[in-house]
Amino acid sequence: MAKRIDVSGLSAYYGNHKAIDDISMTVEPRSVTAFIGPSGCGKSTFLRTLNRMHEVTPGGRVEGKVMLDDENLYGSGVDPVAVRRTVGMVFQRPNPFPTMSIFDNVAAGLRLNGSYKKSELADVVERSLKGANLWNEVKDRLNKPGSGLSGGQQQRLCIARAIAVEPDVLLMDEPCSALDPISTLAIEDLIGELKERFTIVIVTHNMQQAARVSDRTAFFNLAAVGQPGKLIELDDTERIFSNPSVQATEDYISGRFG
Amino acid sequence: MSHAVQERPVAFAKSRGPLSHARLPRWTPAAIAVGSVAAGIGIGLAAGWHSKVQWGLIAALVFVLATYAITTKVEGSRQAKDRIATSLVWVCFVLAVVPLLSLAWVTISKGMEVLDGYFLTHSMNGVLDAETGGGVYHALLGTIEQVGIATLIAAPIGLLTAVYLVEYGTGKLAKAVTFFVDVMTGIPSIVAGLFILSTWTLMLGFGPSGFAGAMALAILMMPVVVRSTEEMLKLVPNELREASLALGVPKWRTILKVVLPTAIGGITTGVMLAVARITGETAPVLLLVFGTKLINPNPFEGAQSSLPLYVYEQYAVGTDAAVARAWAAALVLIAFVMILNLVARGIARWKAPKTGR
Amino acid sequence: MVTTTPPAIEKNRSRRAKSAARPGDRIFSGLSKGSGITLLVIMAAIAVFLTYRTVLAVSKDEANFFTTFEWNPAGNPPVFGIAVLAFGTIVSSVIAMVIAVPVAIGIALFISHYAPRKLAKPLAYVVDLLAAVPSIIYGLWGAIFLVPYLDGLNQWLDQYLGWTYIFDKSADGVARNLFTVGILLAIMILPIITNVTREVFLQAPKMHEEAALALGATRWEVIRMAVLPFGRSGIISASMLGLGRALGETMAVAVVLSPSFVLSGHLLDPGGGTFAQNIAAKFNEADEFGRDALIASGLVLFVITLLVNGAARWIIARRKEYSGANA
Repeated sequence: MAKRIDVSGLSAYYGNHKAIDDISMTVEPRSVTAFIGPSGCGKSTFLRTLNRMHEVTPGGRVEGKVMLDDENLYGSGVDPVAVRRTVGMVFQRPNPFPTMSIFDNVAAGLRLNGSYKKSELADVVERSLKGANLWNEVKDRLNKPGSGLSGGQQQRLCIARAIAVEPDVLLMDEPCSALDPISTLAIEDLIGELKERFTIVIVTHNMQQAARVSDRTAFFNLAAVGQPGKLIELDDTERIFSNPSVQATEDYISGRFG
Repeated sequence: MSHAVQERPVAFAKSRGPLSHARLPRWTPAAIAVGSVAAGIGIGLAAGWHSKVQWGLIAALVFVLATYAITTKVEGSRQAKDRIATSLVWVCFVLAVVPLLSLAWVTISKGMEVLDGYFLTHSMNGVLDAETGGGVYHALLGTIEQVGIATLIAAPIGLLTAVYLVEYGTGKLAKAVTFFVDVMTGIPSIVAGLFILSTWTLMLGFGPSGFAGAMALAILMMPVVVRSTEEMLKLVPNELREASLALGVPKWRTILKVVLPTAIGGITTGVMLAVARITGETAPVLLLVFGTKLINPNPFEGAQSSLPLYVYEQYAVGTDAAVARAWAAALVLIAFVMILNLVARGIARWKAPKTGR
Repeated sequence: MVTTTPPAIEKNRSRRAKSAARPGDRIFSGLSKGSGITLLVIMAAIAVFLTYRTVLAVSKDEANFFTTFEWNPAGNPPVFGIAVLAFGTIVSSVIAMVIAVPVAIGIALFISHYAPRKLAKPLAYVVDLLAAVPSIIYGLWGAIFLVPYLDGLNQWLDQYLGWTYIFDKSADGVARNLFTVGILLAIMILPIITNVTREVFLQAPKMHEEAALALGATRWEVIRMAVLPFGRSGIISASMLGLGRALGETMAVAVVLSPSFVLSGHLLDPGGGTFAQNIAAKFNEADEFGRDALIASGLVLFVITLLVNGAARWIIARRKEYSGANA
């Protein structure tokens, strides 16, 4: 069931260096929110705090609250492993497990969380691959290794893998930046369909993509060189791209920097 | 093509738990470890076993089982498997560290009993096996001479072969050489000794000498030098070679003046590590250099001794005095090898080409 | 008059065109090629001479070289065979592998994934250094220190696991047996296997580990899904390199084992022999024919290690083709 995300006062550090400062925002369920901003402004770092991947980096540390409906992801006693089960992630470079077949790749998350009969797994795998618009292309070779597909297909495989466990939220970190334009379009269409089931947050360098795909857009920026990144403006996508409230947003959108 | 909201399969309801659950406190592994050691000693004593090895094994077993049981009860079986894996990995670490610490400790403590300046500067001339006294000078001398000659033979040949493979080699000869260098790295040291024995000693009739041993050591050293030099030469970026050639510098001078100096740090390290390895070789020396109690400064004629051979001989003698000498010589040998290793690695780090790592 | 290039310059030009004719190049490339050929010659010589003397010995052996249990080349007629040696070498090496490989994987995982960052580097350094300890020192430590400790363990094994044939101690004596040798060899080959395996684990692509983490995997599950499958062939080739070293180990075995020419399945009984140890022990007193017999056994050992090392390298080569998917 797609959930709502409520972030308040979130700051993230690498050791003593503060990367992002005091971010507060809300993401509505069953919507697509895009994070845009120049390189190094902390949008990927912020994304990774939403599924507690930031702390995997040596020295990574987070302060603040992230509420998923009514549970604080950073509450005391919360197991990061459980968080990552409910908040899924798709990465920039497609990374299907090379030694596993396509079937096993999609089933990987399921197998971690319990033992299921082969027939149950097959059902879920088929449903997930259909949900990722990949079923027709691979239904005859589910036992072949996942690394034998094209880049766009591999990324859709990773998406199938992520949605197979029915996460509450799906995070996507520049999912199309390593792909060709046609695969990119296919995945953007897919996101449009997936948002009916999941809450989606997507980081992207491509402003046109953000305009095409998202309902709401958040613009991040550094206050100055060496300063942590901050959330500058969050609004409906249409408004951000036609009539932003903050000057910096307007400058970025029209290409005056970044 | 839109998909209606899928009904969630019942299967997932069972695996979807709350985000937080009971967690074991952080000091749990340490506590279980202490408990296991106590249990190991307790069970060992109660059953009348006095070997510390057995106590250790019992403790390790108790540790693993207790961890699994406690974690499954409190956190769940997936976490239990994770903790078991963690504890097994730590147990492996301890298993490895204990014998090696013991080896270091024993060698140092027993070696220091006899080791002193006299020991380093006198030979075994006139010393009976059961007596104390005597020293390791003749063995030190032998080792240095044999290893030195081996290096003089093996290093140039190994270096030039590596140069051939990297800079010149294409085609069948290079493939054959590479293949046989691989084969040579796998020669057991005793077989290298046997080879020199069968040719130099049996066929050509020469007697034991430091030089014979040096030749066997050179055979063992050559492939190691080839491989490590190859790695270093391959690290030199091609742009350097091309820049030099484009200036009209002939190939041989490019190699000599540009490629080799760039790689020299790594090459030196590789050679020193190879030297450290053959310093500790006993088997071929046993066959070819024979061993002696006297100082023989001539490596080309007559038996010599060497440090590892001396250790073996003294141990074989078996008297308390001899075994004490064996430990002292072992300490000298290990110090020698370790210093070579540390210096070699130091050079590697100092001279490493600053290619962004 | 048409200007023609003077003959002297013509000759210079054609000489420069043939770059290989430069004397410096020729000498240098000749030297390096010659070194390569020297290596080939040495290898060929080893093969030829060992085989020659082996043939001399085996042809006069009255018994089957491969299946005889005795070693009596000085006898009349000479009777010697490598059965006991082959058994001892293989058994002690197998014991060493069974112990060393899992522990090495554990330590390699420890260094690459479990140890606190500050501990990992010095630890890797220390394991590197341990690979450099000469084998005679392991032998000394094993004989004087390890053997008495293992006496207690041997008795315990005999008492509780004696129903398995191998742990039934049928002869009296100190723990100078193949089992002890196996344990000592395990300690000796541990650094090599650990080092190579550690390098492989460190190269496991981080992005697959992250993919597993993002699915909600525990640390062990990440290792099981992303690291171990990646490192599988590396582990195998590292193990075979360790095996090669264990097979050829001479001095540690010679010092620890109490040798005898008995092929016994009771691994806790003192006795037995390995190829390398036998050569080291017997060559001093052997006459010329005896030495040839020992050389014959050395050739068998050489062939075995050749096969093992060859298999290891074949596995590495196969893996390099296979992981072409690694973008």
